[in-house]
Amino acid sequence: MSAAVENGGHGFGRGYSNWRRVLSPTGNTGDGIFRILMLLVALLMVAIVLAMVLALAADAMPAIRQFGFGFLTARQWDPIKGEFGALPFIYGTVMSSLIALAISVPFSLGIAIFLVEQAPHYIARPVGFLVELLAAIPSVVYGLWGIFVLAPFLRVYVEPALAKVFGWLPLFQGSITGIGLLTGGIILAIMVTPIISAVVRDVLAAVPGSQREAALALGATKWEMIRVVLVNGAPGIAGAIILGLGRALGETMAVTMVIGNRAQISPSFFDPAYTIASAIANEFNEATGDLYVAALVELGLILFLVTFIVNGIARLLVWNVTRKTGGVGRAA
Amino acid sequence: MTALTALCTVLAVGALLIILSYIAWQGIGSINLQFLIDRPRPVGEGGGIGNAILGSLMLLGISSVIGLPLGIAVGVYLSEVGTGRFSGAVRFIVDTLTGIPSIVTGVFVYAVLVLPMKHFSAFAGGVALALIMIPIVARTTEEMLKLVPHSLREGALALGAPQWRVTLGVIIPAAAPGIATGAMLAIARVSGETAPLLFTAFGSRFFPKSLNEPIASLTVQIYNYAISPYDEWHAQAWAATLVLMVLVLGINIIVRFLTRKKF
Repeated sequence: MSAAVENGGHGFGRGYSNWRRVLSPTGNTGDGIFRILMLLVALLMVAIVLAMVLALAADAMPAIRQFGFGFLTARQWDPIKGEFGALPFIYGTVMSSLIALAISVPFSLGIAIFLVEQAPHYIARPVGFLVELLAAIPSVVYGLWGIFVLAPFLRVYVEPALAKVFGWLPLFQGSITGIGLLTGGIILAIMVTPIISAVVRDVLAAVPGSQREAALALGATKWEMIRVVLVNGAPGIAGAIILGLGRALGETMAVTMVIGNRAQISPSFFDPAYTIASAIANEFNEATGDLYVAALVELGLILFLVTFIVNGIARLLVWNVTRKTGGVGRAA
Repeated sequence: MTALTALCTVLAVGALLIILSYIAWQGIGSINLQFLIDRPRPVGEGGGIGNAILGSLMLLGISSVIGLPLGIAVGVYLSEVGTGRFSGAVRFIVDTLTGIPSIVTGVFVYAVLVLPMKHFSAFAGGVALALIMIPIVARTTEEMLKLVPHSLREGALALGAPQWRVTLGVIIPAAAPGIATGAMLAIARVSGETAPLLFTAFGSRFFPKSLNEPIASLTVQIYNYAISPYDEWHAQAWAATLVLMVLVLGINIIVRFLTRKKF
């Protein structure tokens, strides 16, 4: 297309014919229309992303003007007093996601290794499908299950045990209610496990078989061979984990239903917390006053930008590994 | 080590089975014909999820009408038309759009549709769901079109057909089953979405009369009942969840059954 622009100075006819050739190499009018239509749809995708940034930024402007960067570091969220600080939400979002990854990553690696390297095909295929079905369960259903099954279970069995063994750590002190940061993190762990394990499966499957054969031929045991495969797929595995992080950061309903929704920064995993997504889900419809709404939209803008960057990094890492061997990225 | 990795897998599958069987056990008791066709009533008077089922289907209809053609068109662009850096950038944007939190999509649609229209509407909810559908459909369509053998394209072009006829008349029909599969998965995915509907479709306790007013959906109904203090509504939340899961898992299993030879 740049050729057409450069030739613009040579008169209308020349530039016009260049444009036609770019849009329709075959010189067919129908092709020209077809390619323009498809190009417009592709441009629409770009426009949607730009519109998202602009619309969110425009609606968040009162809060951005009022608080500046201080919004990110202020610890008070008190809409009645007009105090809006995002730090408790950022803390809750990051901590719940990190708890989720800490639990989910070892499991996901184990599942992927089992399904790609160890299990016979007649087991790997149906079991792989069952693990992927975990990703098909809607968020609100995880939330419902979290409120009525997981939270009581954690309150009665898990949290007292943690407090007994690790009670000397501030992380495991405080009142045991079953609703809080830990419960949110565990629900998220269950939700991101199918996503991370599916991408790691693709990555491991894309590692060339010659690597495995070379390792085995050099006398490696099966487990040493798997370590070679893991090292080969390391960038893709990192991408899979970051992809899971992106999902965990933005997950809304399930977390909202079990994390307690209190804008505070407590050292204890047992205490209620609040995430960015939960704050928007809970307070957006009830927010009164321009500044309150703008502060919530600014939270949305932060979440959008962070997940966009996180997902971008993850995609690049996964693409680089799976594209070499023509692997098809399966995970959503 | 095999025992350890197998244990991870067993625990994941175990979690799935525990969650699904608990939903079935809790939900089955409250399901009867009245529950499926009635609208919500005050606590103690029964009521049902008929309006929510109808609302969810209408929202899926709106989002499919908007999202499927656009998603397929983007997929066609990525596979058949686009070349070079710009198409790479579009693919990257589409991929990253898949990861945008759905609650952000909800806020966006609130800003561009609900605020100007000054009220919540089924239409706004459908648009929000369509925005989630488009990237999913686009990427599966692209993958499916790329599986169509190159000789088919060359053959049709050699017969003198222009590119648009080759694409619409030969390539897309050849990939149609795969594209339909992607569309069904996208529908299954958005049928479980709650967050983008909270500030767009909002919810309603009545049967929908038009697309221009707030509308109920299964997911929002489940959420509202789950966080309510009433045992009766909790029971209804489980029953509504069972209905939702039959829909979502049903689509997933049908898709798996249809594509079992390919993957």
